[in-house]
Amino acid sequence: MKDVITAIQAVPMEHYVVLSMILFSIGMAGVLFRRNTIIILMCLELMFNSVNLLLTAFSAHHSDPGGQVFVFFIMLVAAAEVTVGLAILVMMKRNVDSVDINQLSRLKG
Amino acid sequence: MQYLFYLFAAISIISALFVVGARSPVNSVIALIVCFLSIAGHYILLNAQFLAMVQIIVYTGAIMVLFLFVIMLLNLNKAIEPRKSLVTRVAAVSAGGLFLLTVLGAIKDGIGLAKPEHYDVGVGLVKSVGNSLFTTFLVPFELSSVLFLSAIIGAVMLGRKETNTKPMVKSGDEFAGLNQAEHVR
Repeated sequence: MKDVITAIQAVPMEHYVVLSMILFSIGMAGVLFRRNTIIILMCLELMFNSVNLLLTAFSAHHSDPGGQVFVFFIMLVAAAEVTVGLAILVMMKRNVDSVDINQLSRLKG
Repeated sequence: MQYLFYLFAAISIISALFVVGARSPVNSVIALIVCFLSIAGHYILLNAQFLAMVQIIVYTGAIMVLFLFVIMLLNLNKAIEPRKSLVTRVAAVSAGGLFLLTVLGAIKDGIGLAKPEHYDVGVGLVKSVGNSLFTTFLVPFELSSVLFLSAIIGAVMLGRKETNTKPMVKSGDEFAGLNQAEHVR
Protein backbone atom coordinates (compact mmCIF):
# COMPACT_ATOMS: atom_id res chain seq x y z
CA MET A 1 0.00 0.00 0.00
CA LYS A 2 2.80 2.40 0.86
CA ASP A 3 4.60 1.26 -2.27
CA VAL A 4 1.88 2.59 -4.55
CA ILE A 5 1.95 5.99 -2.90
CA THR A 6 5.73 6.31 -3.02
CA ALA A 7 5.77 5.09 -6.62
CA ILE A 8 3.25 7.71 -7.67
CA GLN A 9 4.97 10.50 -5.78
CA ALA A 10 8.44 9.52 -6.98
CA VAL A 11 7.99 11.64 -10.11
CA PRO A 12 7.33 15.28 -9.21
CA MET A 13 4.16 16.83 -10.54
CA GLU A 14 6.08 19.54 -12.39
CA HIS A 15 7.55 16.95 -14.72
CA TYR A 16 4.10 15.80 -15.73
CA VAL A 17 3.14 19.42 -16.44
CA VAL A 18 6.25 19.93 -18.56
CA LEU A 19 5.73 16.68 -20.48
CA SER A 20 2.10 17.33 -21.30
CA MET A 21 2.81 20.92 -22.27
CA ILE A 22 5.55 19.74 -24.64
CA LEU A 23 3.09 17.30 -26.21
CA PHE A 24 0.43 20.00 -26.43
CA SER A 25 2.85 22.43 -28.11
CA ILE A 26 3.87 19.78 -30.63
CA GLY A 27 0.22 19.16 -31.44
CA MET A 28 -0.49 22.88 -31.71
CA ALA A 29 2.48 23.48 -33.99
CA GLY A 30 1.37 20.49 -36.09
CA VAL A 31 -2.12 21.90 -36.56
CA LEU A 32 -0.61 25.14 -37.83
CA PHE A 33 2.23 23.46 -39.74
CA ARG A 34 0.56 20.81 -41.89
CA ARG A 35 -1.92 21.14 -44.74
CA ASN A 36 -3.21 17.57 -44.78
CA THR A 37 -6.55 17.51 -42.99
CA ILE A 38 -6.14 13.99 -41.63
CA ILE A 39 -2.83 14.90 -39.98
CA ILE A 40 -4.45 18.00 -38.50
CA LEU A 41 -7.09 15.70 -36.95
CA MET A 42 -4.31 13.48 -35.58
CA CYS A 43 -2.59 16.49 -34.02
CA LEU A 44 -5.91 17.34 -32.36
CA GLU A 45 -5.93 13.85 -30.87
CA LEU A 46 -2.41 14.45 -29.60
CA MET A 47 -3.53 17.63 -27.84
CA PHE A 48 -6.49 15.77 -26.30
CA ASN A 49 -4.11 13.13 -24.99
CA SER A 50 -1.71 15.58 -23.43
CA VAL A 51 -4.58 17.16 -21.50
CA ASN A 52 -5.80 13.70 -20.48
CA LEU A 53 -2.36 12.84 -19.13
CA LEU A 54 -2.22 16.04 -17.10
CA LEU A 55 -5.69 15.48 -15.64
CA THR A 56 -4.81 11.91 -14.71
CA ALA A 57 -1.56 12.97 -13.08
CA PHE A 58 -3.30 15.62 -10.98
CA SER A 59 -6.03 13.13 -10.09
CA ALA A 60 -3.51 10.53 -8.94
CA HIS A 61 -1.49 13.04 -6.95
CA HIS A 62 -4.61 14.46 -5.31
CA SER A 63 -6.09 11.00 -4.78
CA ASP A 64 -9.39 12.12 -6.31
CA PRO A 65 -11.22 9.90 -8.82
CA GLY A 66 -13.15 12.84 -10.30
CA GLY A 67 -10.29 13.76 -12.61
CA GLN A 68 -10.16 10.29 -14.10
CA VAL A 69 -13.91 10.30 -14.74
CA PHE A 70 -13.37 13.60 -16.52
CA VAL A 71 -10.68 11.97 -18.68
CA PHE A 72 -13.16 9.23 -19.52
CA PHE A 73 -15.66 11.84 -20.71
CA ILE A 74 -12.96 13.56 -22.77
CA MET A 75 -12.27 10.22 -24.45
CA LEU A 76 -15.99 9.86 -25.26
CA VAL A 77 -16.12 13.34 -26.76
CA ALA A 78 -12.93 12.67 -28.74
CA ALA A 79 -14.41 9.50 -30.21
CA ALA A 80 -17.56 11.35 -31.30
CA GLU A 81 -15.46 14.22 -32.69
CA VAL A 82 -13.29 11.86 -34.72
CA THR A 83 -16.36 10.16 -36.17
CA VAL A 84 -17.81 13.42 -37.43
CA GLY A 85 -14.41 14.79 -38.48
CA LEU A 86 -13.60 11.78 -40.62
CA ALA A 87 -17.08 11.90 -42.18
CA ILE A 88 -16.41 15.54 -43.09
CA LEU A 89 -13.05 14.48 -44.51
CA VAL A 90 -14.65 11.81 -46.71
CA MET A 91 -17.22 14.34 -47.91
CA MET A 92 -14.46 16.87 -48.62
CA LYS A 93 -12.49 14.30 -50.63
CA ARG A 94 -15.65 13.50 -52.61
CA ASN A 95 -16.55 17.12 -53.30
CA VAL A 96 -13.25 18.86 -54.02
CA ASP A 97 -11.11 15.71 -54.60
CA SER A 98 -8.42 16.81 -52.18
CA VAL A 99 -7.65 16.76 -48.46
CA ASP A 100 -5.72 20.01 -48.56
CA ILE A 101 -7.02 22.37 -45.89
CA ASN A 102 -6.30 25.37 -48.12
CA GLN A 103 -9.02 24.21 -50.52
CA LEU A 104 -11.61 25.00 -47.88
CA SER A 105 -11.36 28.77 -48.16
CA ARG A 106 -14.74 29.41 -49.70
CA LEU A 107 -16.08 30.95 -46.49
CA LYS A 108 -13.33 33.60 -46.56
CA GLY A 109 -14.87 36.95 -47.45
CA MET B 1 10.35 3.64 -11.22
CA GLN B 2 11.28 7.19 -12.21
CA TYR B 3 13.40 5.87 -15.06
CA LEU B 4 10.31 4.28 -16.59
CA PHE B 5 8.64 7.69 -16.53
CA TYR B 6 11.52 9.33 -18.37
CA LEU B 7 11.70 6.44 -20.85
CA PHE B 8 7.98 6.75 -21.64
CA ALA B 9 8.28 10.53 -21.80
CA ALA B 10 11.11 10.30 -24.35
CA ILE B 11 9.16 7.78 -26.43
CA SER B 12 6.03 9.91 -26.46
CA ILE B 13 7.83 13.15 -27.34
CA ILE B 14 9.87 11.57 -30.15
CA SER B 15 6.87 9.81 -31.64
CA ALA B 16 4.82 13.01 -31.39
CA LEU B 17 7.53 14.77 -33.40
CA PHE B 18 7.30 11.96 -35.95
CA VAL B 19 3.53 12.49 -36.21
CA VAL B 20 4.08 16.09 -37.24
CA GLY B 21 7.13 15.45 -39.38
CA ALA B 22 6.33 12.29 -41.33
CA ARG B 23 5.70 12.70 -45.02
CA SER B 24 3.28 9.83 -45.43
CA PRO B 25 0.01 9.77 -43.43
CA VAL B 26 0.36 6.05 -42.61
CA ASN B 27 3.70 6.72 -40.92
CA SER B 28 2.01 9.46 -38.91
CA VAL B 29 -0.68 7.03 -37.78
CA ILE B 30 1.90 4.44 -36.69
CA ALA B 31 3.86 7.10 -34.76
CA LEU B 32 0.65 8.28 -33.10
CA ILE B 33 -0.18 4.70 -32.05
CA VAL B 34 3.27 4.44 -30.42
CA CYS B 35 2.64 7.77 -28.68
CA PHE B 36 -0.74 6.57 -27.35
CA LEU B 37 0.76 3.32 -26.10
CA SER B 38 3.44 5.22 -24.20
CA ILE B 39 0.75 7.44 -22.70
CA ALA B 40 -1.02 4.24 -21.60
CA GLY B 41 2.27 3.33 -19.91
CA HIS B 42 2.15 6.67 -18.08
CA TYR B 43 -1.36 5.83 -16.90
CA ILE B 44 -0.16 2.51 -15.51
CA LEU B 45 2.67 4.31 -13.69
CA LEU B 46 0.03 6.60 -12.17
CA ASN B 47 -1.98 3.56 -11.02
CA ALA B 48 -4.83 4.55 -13.37
CA GLN B 49 -5.44 1.04 -14.62
CA PHE B 50 -8.95 1.65 -15.93
CA LEU B 51 -7.81 4.59 -18.03
CA ALA B 52 -4.85 2.62 -19.38
CA MET B 53 -7.18 -0.12 -20.63
CA VAL B 54 -9.64 2.41 -22.08
CA GLN B 55 -6.74 4.24 -23.74
CA ILE B 56 -5.55 1.07 -25.44
CA ILE B 57 -9.03 -0.11 -26.43
CA VAL B 58 -10.59 3.19 -27.49
CA TYR B 59 -7.66 5.17 -28.85
CA THR B 60 -5.25 2.69 -30.34
CA GLY B 61 -7.92 0.09 -31.00
CA ALA B 62 -10.80 2.12 -32.39
CA ILE B 63 -9.83 5.66 -33.27
CA MET B 64 -6.51 4.93 -34.93
CA VAL B 65 -7.97 2.00 -36.85
CA LEU B 66 -10.65 4.41 -38.06
CA PHE B 67 -7.91 6.78 -39.22
CA LEU B 68 -6.09 3.97 -41.01
CA PHE B 69 -9.34 2.83 -42.59
CA VAL B 70 -10.11 6.30 -43.94
CA ILE B 71 -6.55 6.68 -45.27
CA MET B 72 -6.82 3.39 -47.12
CA LEU B 73 -10.39 4.06 -48.27
CA LEU B 74 -9.47 7.40 -49.80
CA ASN B 75 -6.06 6.17 -50.99
CA LEU B 76 -4.28 9.04 -49.28
CA ASN B 77 -0.95 7.33 -48.79
CA LYS B 78 0.90 9.51 -51.24
CA ALA B 79 3.35 12.05 -49.93
CA ILE B 80 2.32 14.73 -52.40
CA GLU B 81 1.15 17.22 -49.84
CA PRO B 82 2.32 20.69 -50.82
CA ARG B 83 4.12 22.55 -48.08
CA LYS B 84 2.94 25.75 -46.58
CA SER B 85 4.95 28.88 -47.26
CA LEU B 86 8.11 29.44 -45.26
CA VAL B 87 6.62 32.33 -43.30
CA THR B 88 3.66 30.20 -42.22
CA ARG B 89 5.91 27.34 -41.18
CA VAL B 90 8.21 29.56 -39.13
CA ALA B 91 5.16 31.21 -37.56
CA ALA B 92 3.67 27.79 -36.69
CA VAL B 93 6.81 26.51 -35.01
CA SER B 94 7.39 29.75 -33.14
CA ALA B 95 3.75 29.79 -31.98
CA GLY B 96 4.18 26.34 -30.46
CA GLY B 97 7.54 27.27 -28.95
CA LEU B 98 6.26 30.52 -27.47
CA PHE B 99 3.29 28.71 -25.93
CA LEU B 100 5.67 26.20 -24.37
CA LEU B 101 7.93 28.98 -23.08
CA THR B 102 4.97 30.80 -21.53
CA VAL B 103 3.80 27.73 -19.63
CA LEU B 104 7.32 26.82 -18.52
CA GLY B 105 7.80 30.36 -17.27
CA ALA B 106 4.54 30.14 -15.35
CA ILE B 107 5.55 26.98 -13.47
CA LYS B 108 9.26 27.65 -13.02
CA ASP B 109 8.88 28.21 -9.27
CA GLY B 110 6.94 24.98 -8.86
CA ILE B 111 3.19 24.57 -8.74
CA GLY B 112 2.84 24.27 -4.97
CA LEU B 113 0.81 21.10 -4.96
CA ALA B 114 -0.59 20.29 -1.52
CA LYS B 115 -0.34 16.70 -0.35
CA PRO B 116 -3.74 15.10 0.26
CA GLU B 117 -4.60 14.38 3.87
CA HIS B 118 -5.57 10.77 3.38
CA TYR B 119 -4.45 8.78 0.41
CA ASP B 120 -6.81 6.27 -1.17
CA VAL B 121 -4.87 3.52 -2.93
CA GLY B 122 -7.96 2.42 -4.84
CA VAL B 123 -8.15 5.61 -6.93
CA GLY B 124 -7.82 4.70 -10.59
CA LEU B 125 -8.94 1.12 -10.25
CA VAL B 126 -12.13 0.03 -12.00
CA LYS B 127 -14.10 -0.05 -8.76
CA SER B 128 -13.31 3.53 -7.75
CA VAL B 129 -13.83 5.04 -11.20
CA GLY B 130 -17.05 3.07 -11.70
CA ASN B 131 -18.35 4.13 -8.31
CA SER B 132 -17.99 7.81 -9.03
CA LEU B 133 -19.13 7.36 -12.64
CA PHE B 134 -22.43 5.84 -11.58
CA THR B 135 -23.13 8.00 -8.54
CA THR B 136 -21.69 11.50 -8.82
CA PHE B 137 -21.45 11.68 -12.59
CA LEU B 138 -24.51 9.64 -13.55
CA VAL B 139 -26.32 12.40 -15.44
CA PRO B 140 -23.35 13.35 -17.68
CA PHE B 141 -22.78 9.66 -18.32
CA GLU B 142 -26.32 9.22 -19.56
CA LEU B 143 -26.13 12.45 -21.58
CA SER B 144 -23.03 11.16 -23.35
CA SER B 145 -25.21 8.49 -24.97
CA VAL B 146 -27.22 11.31 -26.55
CA LEU B 147 -23.95 12.81 -27.76
CA PHE B 148 -23.01 9.49 -29.35
CA LEU B 149 -26.41 9.18 -31.00
CA SER B 150 -26.06 12.62 -32.54
CA ALA B 151 -22.51 11.79 -33.65
CA ILE B 152 -23.72 8.61 -35.37
CA ILE B 153 -26.54 10.46 -37.10
CA GLY B 154 -24.21 13.27 -38.12
CA ALA B 155 -21.62 10.87 -39.53
CA VAL B 156 -24.26 9.01 -41.55
CA MET B 157 -25.74 12.26 -42.83
CA LEU B 158 -22.33 13.61 -43.84
CA GLY B 159 -21.01 10.37 -45.24
CA ARG B 160 -23.80 9.31 -47.56
CA LYS B 161 -23.87 10.26 -51.20
CA GLU B 162 -25.93 13.35 -51.88
CA THR B 163 -28.99 12.37 -53.85
CA ASN B 164 -31.16 15.44 -53.37
CA THR B 165 -29.23 17.54 -55.86
CA LYS B 166 -31.24 16.01 -58.69
CA PRO B 167 -34.49 17.71 -59.64
CA MET B 168 -37.37 16.67 -57.47
CA VAL B 169 -39.62 15.64 -60.37
CA LYS B 170 -37.82 12.40 -61.08
CA SER B 171 -37.18 11.42 -57.50
CA GLY B 172 -40.26 9.44 -56.52
CA ASP B 173 -43.91 8.68 -56.67
CA GLU B 174 -44.94 11.07 -53.96
CA PHE B 175 -44.03 14.00 -56.15
CA ALA B 176 -45.59 12.59 -59.30
CA GLY B 177 -49.14 13.21 -58.16
CA LEU B 178 -48.26 16.73 -57.10
CA ASN B 179 -46.73 17.39 -60.49
CA GLN B 180 -49.78 16.12 -62.34
CA ALA B 181 -51.99 18.33 -60.25
CA GLU B 182 -49.94 21.33 -61.28
CA HIS B 183 -50.24 20.36 -64.93
CA VAL B 184 -54.01 20.05 -64.67
CA ARG B 185 -54.21 23.43 -63.10
